[in-house]
Amino acid sequence: MAELGTEARPSRLRQAWNSDFTWSFRHSPVAVVSFVIVLLMMLGALFAPFIAPHNPFNPATLNLMNGFTPPGQANQFTGESFLLGTDDQGRDVFSTILYGMRISLFVGLSAVLLAMVLGVTLGLMAGYVGGWTETIIMRIADVQLTFPAILVAMLIFGIAKGITPPEYRNEMAIWVLILAIGLSDWVQFARVVRGATLVEKNKEYVQAARLIGRTPFSIMLRHILPNVLNPVLVIATISLALAIIAEATLSFLGVGAPPTKPSLGTLIRIGQEYMFSGEWWILFFPAITLLALALSINLLGDWLRDALNPRLR
Amino acid sequence: MLAYIIRRVGQSVLVLLVVGLVAFAMFRFVGDPIDAMLGQERTQADIERLRVVLGLDRPFVVQYWRFLEQAAQGNFGLSYRQGRPVSDILMERLPATLELAFVSGLMALIGGIVLGIFTAIRRRGISSNVIMTASLIGVSLPTFLIGIMLIYLFSVELGWLPSFGRGQVTRIGGWTTGFLTESGLKALILPSITLGLYQMTLIMRLVRTEMLEVLRMDYIRFARARGIREKFINFRHALKNTLVPVITITGLQLGSIIAFAIITETVFQWPGVGLLFINAVQFVDIPVMAAYLMLISVMFVGINLIVDMLYFAIDPRLRAARTAGGH
Repeated sequence: MAELGTEARPSRLRQAWNSDFTWSFRHSPVAVVSFVIVLLMMLGALFAPFIAPHNPFNPATLNLMNGFTPPGQANQFTGESFLLGTDDQGRDVFSTILYGMRISLFVGLSAVLLAMVLGVTLGLMAGYVGGWTETIIMRIADVQLTFPAILVAMLIFGIAKGITPPEYRNEMAIWVLILAIGLSDWVQFARVVRGATLVEKNKEYVQAARLIGRTPFSIMLRHILPNVLNPVLVIATISLALAIIAEATLSFLGVGAPPTKPSLGTLIRIGQEYMFSGEWWILFFPAITLLALALSINLLGDWLRDALNPRLR
Repeated sequence: MLAYIIRRVGQSVLVLLVVGLVAFAMFRFVGDPIDAMLGQERTQADIERLRVVLGLDRPFVVQYWRFLEQAAQGNFGLSYRQGRPVSDILMERLPATLELAFVSGLMALIGGIVLGIFTAIRRRGISSNVIMTASLIGVSLPTFLIGIMLIYLFSVELGWLPSFGRGQVTRIGGWTTGFLTESGLKALILPSITLGLYQMTLIMRLVRTEMLEVLRMDYIRFARARGIREKFINFRHALKNTLVPVITITGLQLGSIIAFAIITETVFQWPGVGLLFINAVQFVDIPVMAAYLMLISVMFVGINLIVDMLYFAIDPRLRAARTAGGH
């Protein structure tokens, strides 16, 4: 009989494969395509040093004669050819995009992680503790929400730049960028988590936990947090697209990643200068990469929101 | 009603005080104002004298109060980079930004309402689906890429419109306007589209949702049953009731138009306050950054307050709920 029982129950993998969540994923072509694009780009960014045909940041391997080679054609001086062409300094555009994506994704993911940790912590505290804690946290959130996130990020970047000594500015730029975008984006998380916590904290399982003498810290972390994670996941995905666009925008405006460590935004900024003289590929390929990345993550977020929403099931 | 207004005004003042504190802290702690004002050859006596002159020896609260006093009079000191009074520079640049914001806001409002109504009425049409898909892509497009695409198409390839600057401007008193010359108007087109497109998709989606909601209501069905013409129902009965939220959102978006003008102004080298701000961030010109922050917060808070009051005045249900509920 015991054997029969184990046979009747499908394996963990099979169970996951047949769950509502994966079922809805498998039946949404948009979600599958977006997921594949995002996955490929993340892998490309992660393994950039192994995939990239050239190292665009090693001056020894660069040849200025290769500058402005159109995509797919042989250079008229050196005879070398490049899949997506080269920029003004003879750097392979395909390689700079791979390395640029690395920085864009690193900044985007780190910034969202920072915003998420900060927002979820403050949201849980505001919702569970209430009183003055709640008033102060939510008032700060309200004030910050009055201003667009990108403006807050620019301001934080400017202040941080003023504090760091000039000789460290280029090295620190990436971290400052993460800080600026992360701090400008925590409000969404805090508001949603607070709302969900207010609902959860009056449920019986929380009361039971309190009754057996669990500390508030452990109740928040072990009991409430797992139950408010679904909306957090959705916001994190959409925030990632926003953070990547914000990073690109700041870098494009010249207040983000430095030219020595270009992100996709910096590459677009560089490429824009050559748009007028006809070297379109220096601008076009980074731009289309950024667009594909942002759009795919957005579409994935859209699908995730519907899939995790119990009301739509 | 009066209590509500007083509380709202109080909140606004509080927000401005907090922003003022941030701006003041920037002045005081980011970079040394004495460093910025005195050159290389200075003595300890010079430094001490300037400290007293600037009031840096006073307590923090006194300094903060003095800063607020000065800020209220529009005095933010000298720009570190240009050496001129910040308020003069701001006033010089403000007309360019306000004109740009006005034109793109108007465009977003009209375009958004028209497209929103269209996609709501012809919900199943092919053209509606095309517009809705385009708007989804439009939301994912960063503003600066839209600007670059427009420059590429209309300036580089077609050569119809200028890619940077304001064209020729006319000076009227302290105001410079690009509305009166042909080159000024031409120069406005691409930046306005760039800046307004995102807001337009936002308004369009909002109008569409509201319109679909209203069209499902009983009084619309009743109007149809009475045999009133479809056009009359759509525009007189339905549209009227969708406009309240649209006005609110549009009002609130006005603030973000001015903020997002930073990006558009950089792409098009438009000589407004946004470009001034981004240059200030690049060169850590603290007085300009602080003044811009104060200016834009006064605008934001003012707009928010007005929109809230309008909402209160327009929607009678809100008023009834407030007075009946009591506080």
